[in-house]
Amino acid sequence: MLLTIMLLIPLVGSIAVFLLPASKPALAKQVALGFALITLVVSSVVVVGLDNSTGLLQYVESYEWIAAFGISWTLGVNGISALLIVMTAILVPIAMIAGWWDAENATRGTAKGYFSLILILESCIIGAFAANDLFLFFVFFEAMLFPIYFLIGKFGGPQRAYAAMKFLLYSLVGGLFMLAAMIGLYVVSARELGTGTFDVVTLTSLNIDPGTQKMLFLGFFFAFAVKAPLVPFHTWLPDAAAEATPGTSTLLVGVLDKVGTFGMLHFLLPIFPEASKFYAPVIIVLAVISIFYGALVAIGQTDVMRLIAFTSISHFGFIVLGIFAFTSQGLSGASFYMVNHGFSTGALFLVLGYLVSRRGSKRIADFGGVQKVAPLMAGMFLLSGLSSLALPGMSSFVSEFLVLAGTFAVNQPAAIFATLGIVLAAVYILWMYQRMMTGVPSQEVTETVTEINRRELSAVAPLLVLLIALGFFPQIALDSLNPAVQQIQEYIGFSDPQAPVVIEGSGE
Amino acid sequence: MNPNNYLLLAAILFTIGAYGVLVRRNAIIVFLSVELMLNAANLAFVAAARNTGTLDGLVAAFFVMVVAAAEVVVGLAIIVTIFRTRRSASIDEASLMKY
Amino acid sequence: MIAALIGLPLLGAVVLLLGGRRTNAWGHLLAVVMSASSFFIAAMLFMQMVGKPEEEREIGQFLFDWIAVGAFQIPFGFYLDQLAIVFVLLITGVGTLIHIYSIGYMAHDPNRRQFFGYLNLFIASMLLLVLADNYFLLYLGWESVGLASYLLISFYQQKPSAAAAGKKAFIVNRVGDVGLALAILLMFVTFGTLSFEGVAAGAGLAAPTTVTWIGLALLLAACGKSAQFPLQSWLLDAMEGPTPVSALIHAATMVTAGVYLIVRAHAIFDLSETARTAVVIVGAITLLLGAFIGTAKDDIKKGLAGSTMSQIGYMILAAGLGPVGYVFAIFHLLTHGMFKAGLFLGAGSVMHGMHDDVNMRHYGALRTMMKVTYATFALGFLAIIGVPPFAGFWSKDEIIHAAFGQNLFIGLATLLGAGVTAFYMTRMMAMTFFGEARWEQDVKPHESPAVMTIPMIVLALGSAFGGMAMLFIGDIEHWLEPVTGFAYPQNSVSKAVLIPITLAVILGGAGYAWLCYGRRPIPVDAPTNVSLLTKAARADAYGDAINESLFMRPGQYLTRSLTWFDAKAIDGFVGGIAAAVGGLSARSRRLQNGYVRSYALTMFGGATLIALILLLVRL
Repeated sequence: MLLTIMLLIPLVGSIAVFLLPASKPALAKQVALGFALITLVVSSVVVVGLDNSTGLLQYVESYEWIAAFGISWTLGVNGISALLIVMTAILVPIAMIAGWWDAENATRGTAKGYFSLILILESCIIGAFAANDLFLFFVFFEAMLFPIYFLIGKFGGPQRAYAAMKFLLYSLVGGLFMLAAMIGLYVVSARELGTGTFDVVTLTSLNIDPGTQKMLFLGFFFAFAVKAPLVPFHTWLPDAAAEATPGTSTLLVGVLDKVGTFGMLHFLLPIFPEASKFYAPVIIVLAVISIFYGALVAIGQTDVMRLIAFTSISHFGFIVLGIFAFTSQGLSGASFYMVNHGFSTGALFLVLGYLVSRRGSKRIADFGGVQKVAPLMAGMFLLSGLSSLALPGMSSFVSEFLVLAGTFAVNQPAAIFATLGIVLAAVYILWMYQRMMTGVPSQEVTETVTEINRRELSAVAPLLVLLIALGFFPQIALDSLNPAVQQIQEYIGFSDPQAPVVIEGSGE
Repeated sequence: MNPNNYLLLAAILFTIGAYGVLVRRNAIIVFLSVELMLNAANLAFVAAARNTGTLDGLVAAFFVMVVAAAEVVVGLAIIVTIFRTRRSASIDEASLMKY
Repeated sequence: MIAALIGLPLLGAVVLLLGGRRTNAWGHLLAVVMSASSFFIAAMLFMQMVGKPEEEREIGQFLFDWIAVGAFQIPFGFYLDQLAIVFVLLITGVGTLIHIYSIGYMAHDPNRRQFFGYLNLFIASMLLLVLADNYFLLYLGWESVGLASYLLISFYQQKPSAAAAGKKAFIVNRVGDVGLALAILLMFVTFGTLSFEGVAAGAGLAAPTTVTWIGLALLLAACGKSAQFPLQSWLLDAMEGPTPVSALIHAATMVTAGVYLIVRAHAIFDLSETARTAVVIVGAITLLLGAFIGTAKDDIKKGLAGSTMSQIGYMILAAGLGPVGYVFAIFHLLTHGMFKAGLFLGAGSVMHGMHDDVNMRHYGALRTMMKVTYATFALGFLAIIGVPPFAGFWSKDEIIHAAFGQNLFIGLATLLGAGVTAFYMTRMMAMTFFGEARWEQDVKPHESPAVMTIPMIVLALGSAFGGMAMLFIGDIEHWLEPVTGFAYPQNSVSKAVLIPITLAVILGGAGYAWLCYGRRPIPVDAPTNVSLLTKAARADAYGDAINESLFMRPGQYLTRSLTWFDAKAIDGFVGGIAAAVGGLSARSRRLQNGYVRSYALTMFGGATLIALILLLVRL
């Protein structure tokens, strides 16, 4: 019941917020924030109560829904999905606090609309992470497009209509392929079991023949690769992230995109083990291309929001790389990376959002010398940037290195290339910092840019604290992730390669 | 009598009706042609029912009649309204609903 | 205890950086106290260690499991042995002195508190680097010192050149970090562990090529951090930072981390001839390159930076010689840490008195105005050029001796380097303290306050006697032997022959410089009609130009073309599909012409088609 309750709280909240009178925007916001915080509490309860000794699903609940097609309302979490849900529940209230006045500046739409859309989105995302019925997952996967569509299209920048439509079409096309593959999978399961099912655990136990696997895999992979996004299916992301409000961008890039990589981890690998192994080399190449491509194009951007969007494409390359390495370090690293990336990119988007809303421009060239007029802001920006470039001591470093270590064991060239990516990460972050924060401030900057205020600080600071704390104590998260990862390895029948040199007396 | 003859008659009636719908411009005539087609279909139904000795065709024919009656009411009403506003019953004049 | 060593300065940094303006008044004092107490703990640990028998001197401290995923088991633990303790003493000792010095040097800077916060952060990171008990934790320290270095180089953030220099240092260091990351990855897949012990124990069992690759990757890391060829270019720009920073980070401690890494990983280098040769070659090239750059610089700090590169080149070279050199690499590192820090502080003191002017052509005749600075600088000068019995003599001479045992050319390179060192240092002395005054209009040189001169005096004493103390009282060869191994060089020239030759070369270099700069007046503006070699040295041997044409330009071209590709090709393709669909629908909507007849005809056609198909299928 707990998971259903957790999923319903934001939904109820959004309805409640929507029913409030439009004349009291402040009340609407407070109510919305309250519901988001309750969700956070419930999700923390879920994570704290998680049994770290097993990688199987926990808190499982299943109700019949459309029995004729073997569809049921099945929810359940393992370490990976539970952490992602907590990340979502943390980022939603933070995005709300950071974007407290964003809706007021919008030309269309009201504050209560904005906040109630965010809550619907949260509900859908939690549903997608917790769903263990493929059909139910699909419902959430598609349903979450609409709140985001309106969040971008109503509250975004000048090009918002274009960006929102592009996002929607991309996602729908991806979803279409997934739908086709899902129906195919249903037919296969009907042939194997007699009655078709969408239940994920049952599907993983099927013995699908490799040829069919390879076809069905592609349908799912395409949907997830668009969502993740991998080069060359990525061009919706920079537009969407640049046009949306910073809070929306945080949720879009930090949380919603994780559904794609989570889908790879949670559905693709367990259900299609043979196909995953078959396609892994190609996908690893694609991931490495993403790492470099995203980083290089990020360096060439003149718009800060687009720049961050492209760095995310680079980071998603790392995540996908770790997933398709299949080693425990790769998988754990990739899962942990998803959480860290949400926090670090969120922090970057929010700080830059503060700056952009003050200066009224997203062009890097319009800044310069911010450090002089708003040192604390510059410091926050630098810290978020350092976590984005995976500086040791930040949690993103742990995950990035785990991905590299996991990949190196099975695919050395890919790992070596990916390692070179860390130089590019330093270039795009520090060059941006140099151009925006250092130097002598121009007159416009001095006049418009003010120091970060208390509300803004309270949104960003928790993220930075989390990033540093998890950098030194990543085991808190990894302890939950490891059993889930082992379970995935069991499904695909892959075990870590052994080091050739076994040292006497150093083993456990 | 050979049942094929009924079907042949139905086909001829249907063709005449279809021809009328395609080439005539007066809405009333077009309307009459549509009725002709419907009744051609009815004839085929009834003939088939007689041939097989079941009731299915008869039931279908009754349905068609009911629908046709309803359609006549709605259709004529529309034609009368168009005639009132445009002073013409030509269907080519009523071509506003396009791209 | 070991954790407290790191924890205290870290605490200081956290308090100062998070405390904000409230800590402005006493922040610098807190930083000094933190650094000093760390030094006292270090001294205590050292005394304890001395008191123990040789085989019980290593102590470890396990804090918690940092990362544990599958075979990737990384403890957060420290390891203190004879090698680490000398580093700890150097870092906290010199660090504390420089903290004290900075109180005076940064007295008028509005961001002094921040500066001290960063300094404490640096001390903590550097201690973490040398106290880590595995390569992965070392990596954490390794990049954290890089961060501190970045923050301190670009401390004057409003100066575009400082901001650019900080960024450059970080990025070039990152290239080196790729080496360290790759080395760690290789170690992990080969040995399944990253602890120093485990790697050392397994090195002999691994495939020789793997060991060589690990060695080369470690060398790349060392090149980045220690500003060795070909990653040397950042160090000269790093002089944009405040001078105490140059003394502490870019002379005495952080830049020598590469030497520490190689010596710490000696188990790898002992087994790979190729990797050692590469190390020696890199060291030899850098020691000559750095000295060469140092000869032509008019900027006193850049001259010293060139010298630092060159001296670290000596250490790297020594470390590449294997067991005959490890000990002397560390020995030279320690003496260098003292005399180079002293020289930098002296330079800072001079700048302090000269309105932050760094151009030596505007100095001259300062020996009477700044007596203490002059005296301490002179002691450092004697130590660096290797005049007996000052510190540099003992360590450098041993390296030259060991180098001749390896290879004649390497030996000659070290000897030549010693001569050039004498040349540029004499030039610096002559231009700064001798000759006639060439001061700018409103500059009135004055001696620095005691808070600055006392650290200089302490370091000068170290430069004078530190070498002897370590060699004769500390017996450094045998102190480090349990960690690094030690061997006397074979087949080398006898010391009795070598020392006079070395001294002659040094004297030649110094004398020639004195003829050029001490006896002749020095033009206030740098002469432009100079030889190609001088031009090359002034341009840092074209290091930046090469980097720019090899990496930056093509990189910029690549990013620009990829950005274009992204907007035009990929997005263009996607947009093209949308446009095609749009165009198609614009055409096809013309079919909706509003004529009932044409709709009916279409319907009729469709119905006929279906009928035909049904018929055909039945047939």
